[in-house]
Amino acid sequence: MNTPDKTDQPITIIGGYLGAGKTTLVNHLLRNANGLKLAILVNEFGELPIDADLIEAEDDNLISLAGGCICCSYGNDMVAALMELSQMHPKPDHVVVEASGVAIPGSIAGSVSFLDGFSLDGILTLVDAYTLLEKASDTYLSDTILRQLSDSNIILLNKVDLIGAPALEEVQNWIAEHAPQAQIIQTQNAKVPLAVALQRHDSFSTEHASSQVQHIEGFETEFLSIEKPVDAYSYGTKLIAKHPHLVRAKGFVRDVSGMMKTIQIVGKRLDIHDAPQGVKQGIVLISQKNIPSM
Amino acid sequence: MIKIFKAKKILTMNPAQPEAEYVAVRYGTILGAGSLDALKGWGEHEIDETFADKVIMPGFVEGHAHTMEGTLWRHVYCGYFDRMDPDGKIWPGIKSKEGVLERLKEAEQQLDDPDTPLPGWQLDPIYFDNVRITRQDLDEVSSTRPIGVLHASGHIMNVNSKALELGGFLKPGLNHPGIPLGKDGLPEGELRGPDVMTPVGIHVGFGRDMLDCDERGLRDFGKLCVRAGVTTVTDLAARLQEDSVDMMLRITGEDRFPACVVPLRFFHGLTPKELVDHAESLLGQSTQRLRLGRIKIVSDGSIQGFTARMRAPGYYNGAPNGLWYVAPDQMAEIYDLALERGLQVHTHTNGDEATQLAIETLENALKKHPVPNHRFTLQHCQLADAAQLRRMAGLGMCVNFFSNHTFYWGDEHYRLTVGPERAERMNACASALENGIPMAIHSDAPITPLGPLFTAWCAVNRITASGRVQGAHERISVEDALRTITLGAAYTLKMDGEVGSIEAGKRADFAILEDDPTTVDPMALKDVPVWGTVQGGRIFSTADL
Ligand SMILES: [Zn+2]
Repeated sequence: MNTPDKTDQPITIIGGYLGAGKTTLVNHLLRNANGLKLAILVNEFGELPIDADLIEAEDDNLISLAGGCICCSYGNDMVAALMELSQMHPKPDHVVVEASGVAIPGSIAGSVSFLDGFSLDGILTLVDAYTLLEKASDTYLSDTILRQLSDSNIILLNKVDLIGAPALEEVQNWIAEHAPQAQIIQTQNAKVPLAVALQRHDSFSTEHASSQVQHIEGFETEFLSIEKPVDAYSYGTKLIAKHPHLVRAKGFVRDVSGMMKTIQIVGKRLDIHDAPQGVKQGIVLISQKNIPSM
Repeated sequence: MIKIFKAKKILTMNPAQPEAEYVAVRYGTILGAGSLDALKGWGEHEIDETFADKVIMPGFVEGHAHTMEGTLWRHVYCGYFDRMDPDGKIWPGIKSKEGVLERLKEAEQQLDDPDTPLPGWQLDPIYFDNVRITRQDLDEVSSTRPIGVLHASGHIMNVNSKALELGGFLKPGLNHPGIPLGKDGLPEGELRGPDVMTPVGIHVGFGRDMLDCDERGLRDFGKLCVRAGVTTVTDLAARLQEDSVDMMLRITGEDRFPACVVPLRFFHGLTPKELVDHAESLLGQSTQRLRLGRIKIVSDGSIQGFTARMRAPGYYNGAPNGLWYVAPDQMAEIYDLALERGLQVHTHTNGDEATQLAIETLENALKKHPVPNHRFTLQHCQLADAAQLRRMAGLGMCVNFFSNHTFYWGDEHYRLTVGPERAERMNACASALENGIPMAIHSDAPITPLGPLFTAWCAVNRITASGRVQGAHERISVEDALRTITLGAAYTLKMDGEVGSIEAGKRADFAILEDDPTTVDPMALKDVPVWGTVQGGRIFSTADL
């Protein structure tokens, strides 16, 4: 694996079978990019409903969008498309690859591993809460769906509004059993905060925390300001315990040792490391709202 | 101007008169076959004795090939079997790793500039105990120029250190199943899978547009057609971008281009609607020698690469099931739209699960759009069982089997991929004919050499490379095989009304043979020499190419 370095462009792979909401998610990300220059790689342009006023220029394989975002179709050869992308100036901040409906995201991640200039940010697979169990028992599809899920870091259990609480619980449990490694996040219309979908770019400066935080339906964002030094590890552990629906947290604390530390929480996983220079104390928490209790 | 060709024998494929001695041609169209007396009535004519001692058949129709073979011949041939290049030179097959390196060295010495890449193709190490060619081996050929040798499968490449360096791969720490590492932690030089091949491939002469043929490649491919007796040939997975269509129109339109090319629009990278729209929009650009407006879907991978989709009991060696290259719902949408617009779809299915999906998908689509005479064709369809063939017959589907596989990889299928029972019924020609399924057989050139007589030989004898008969019950007669490589393949392209037999009104497309394939020993069918072809009334001798 290439060691991620600061100049590497992070890549998020978006997987999932047809109809799970991949295109909706891509558009949601574009609409909420908030200054982040996204490069979206899609298999084909077909159903990408990009608002006409966002499109600045269009040619056969590339659409330039407002805010410095671009969208390319890679057709047959994703590696070649990424190699072309790596030559682009200015460099996009984050690359999002929309996999085809039957692609195995893990093999795309494998390709990212040998490409210079890129590193994998994560694999996010969408599933349609309403049809997942049916697809997962389909003669032709079941093994493909299972492979997609077991490759994922994040599974967006999408369209949760279409089914009732008992059915939702059944799907959620089924996913948890078959993809225990993944964090499951419930969404409607694939609406997920950018900081959750694209992990490397949840960076923020604590001064502007509230303005940078997105308000996405179904999610709740809190900003905790911290005055005193804390024990970073026990502080993080307590956050996880106190916020059962926490999906993501990131911030900086002054440790009892006097050092500034970065605290990151993904689901129930806590990660603590030395903070970059010049940051201020404070933590942003993103939690899911209105989750039926399970 | 009427020309009456005299032949030793004409095999017409017209049941009303299977054999004839003369055929009359006017402006590229057949006026009729038969006796000189019967043909004289057409009026003033000239008798052409060029073929007086030859046997004339309808020009062969290759229903599954890729024009990129024409381009590949500019690279070094590293295959195990003897193979003829566009200029008629027979390159002897290479039987060892040392032989491969030797041939590359010879080619290397022809090159002046030390940076020029040296690409080779058609390596198949299964025939020499899977001995791997390492980057160090290839470094002995040259350490200054990038070298890459593509395997016969098209999915693996062996490269030297320079090529790895240029592709950014000559470094420790790579962790990918397609990049085996040596003891030193650096890549050994074998690259497996298209993704892994791309970054290095572009430096050794295998660019990303490999599927598309270039001008010279297309002309060279035309020469290969003449040498194989082929007058109509598919280019089965073309992207058909504007410039490539323009190029194909220009080259096939040249006075001396000797074949009718039928490119199918490859489905990848387009939505079903875009695909169908594009194929439909190309229809109007069709000419006498370039036929557009058909669609190709690839549904799964290959059997020997263990990427074909298999039903139970799966792979003989226990390998996990293969990969889908099309989503089932996407296939359904393409079938629906294509039937609606009257476009024909050819679908690559290798494993029997892929075949089953195509059958069920078409059955459902036909309930919605009961289109008569759709002629949807399954390409390869290698593992179809008896029940699937019966169902295909019921749906009016056509099949184009990969009969050459029996010879080239039959032993592998028997001992490794699918096991003896299924290996014996692979490419079930006899069963398909028994069920009345319109059938073609193919080479998939460049995967195996273009040569319908060889392909017919495979279907007739079912001999593997090691010399065993595999699946005697699926052998077909020479007569059936000859009809399959002419009228059978023409039917799968909906071109049986214009080519595929020698009858009044059809295009004057002939394969000119030195011997009579119906009287030679069936084991010698592949060795019947091809003198050349006549295409649209124009004569092409292999001697003058
Ligand atoms: Zn093919």
